Amino acid sequence: MTDTLQVSNDSPSHKSSSKQLQFGVVQFPGSNSDQDCIHAVETMGHRAGYLWHKETQLGNLDAILVPGGFSYGDYLRAGAIARLSPVMKAVADFAENGGLVLGICNGFQILCEAGLLPGALIRNRSLQFRSEFVHLRVVHDQSPFTSQTPEGTLLRVPIAHGEGCYFADQETLQEMKANRQILWQYATADGALEDHANPNGSVEHIAGICSKHGNVAGLMPHPERACQSLIGSQDGQRLFSGIVDHLTQSS
Amino acid sequence: MKAKIIITPKKAVLDPQGQAVLNALEHMGYEGVQTAHVGRYLELELAGNEPCTSQIEEACERFLSNPVIEDYRIEWEENAEG
Repeated sequence: MTDTLQVSNDSPSHKSSSKQLQFGVVQFPGSNSDQDCIHAVETMGHRAGYLWHKETQLGNLDAILVPGGFSYGDYLRAGAIARLSPVMKAVADFAENGGLVLGICNGFQILCEAGLLPGALIRNRSLQFRSEFVHLRVVHDQSPFTSQTPEGTLLRVPIAHGEGCYFADQETLQEMKANRQILWQYATADGALEDHANPNGSVEHIAGICSKHGNVAGLMPHPERACQSLIGSQDGQRLFSGIVDHLTQSS
Repeated sequence: MKAKIIITPKKAVLDPQGQAVLNALEHMGYEGVQTAHVGRYLELELAGNEPCTSQIEEACERFLSNPVIEDYRIEWEENAEG
């Protein structure tokens, strides 16, 4: 597969919407995608600010992003220490009140450790750290995070993780399916769910999920690193535009 | 008192590290090894010489292990008298 580098004018998809949204991006010691998240939000014409991990007051936010990285060096287990940070209590309260929270990569691991999302992420089946572009197949568009991507849409986004193998027991998986909590699956460039397109061995090819109430989501791939065609893909913007659309519709 | 905590992956959970160790042992010629599991080991030194099982169990379930993917067991060792 060859990637042609297209230098195009990545205009914000939602510049027509008058309301400017305020995103909070959590910052732990060891976060490394925090700046990418801020950049992604700003590229779309909205505002984003950092939330230091010791913060207990979030202020007036429309949505929270928990970014990737290696918070606290992934000591004990990825996300196990970060979820005890003061800011995570505030994030849990925000989610409890229906606020939109998206965890990306290490952020997904943290939300699972915090119990805001079901299941857990374990070492990749290959034991390799995988850093490459993958294709995600959107399972359904009934979530704020997928509302701009009809069922079956393929998104080309990068991954960069060693512990991204999603696991949940059969009972939990059944419940998740019944609640339509599986949002994104790893697929081939043609959209087929095949083992060779699953970079980490995740059960049911799961790349990302949402909570029972749908307002908290997490995924291992990095949509924030795929928001400008200059860096290989703009597909990640479609996930963020779902959040923006949901928030501007509901206000 | 010393709490020795052994954390292992649950049976239903993939253990690619254990599988890699098993394969390596086979390649080295060690026969008869049927399974291998790679886990984590923690030692906690505690004040006093009474095992506080319920507290340590609670810490294991809330923090030291992840009950979704891991099992744990605790072994107690008395401190050597100085």
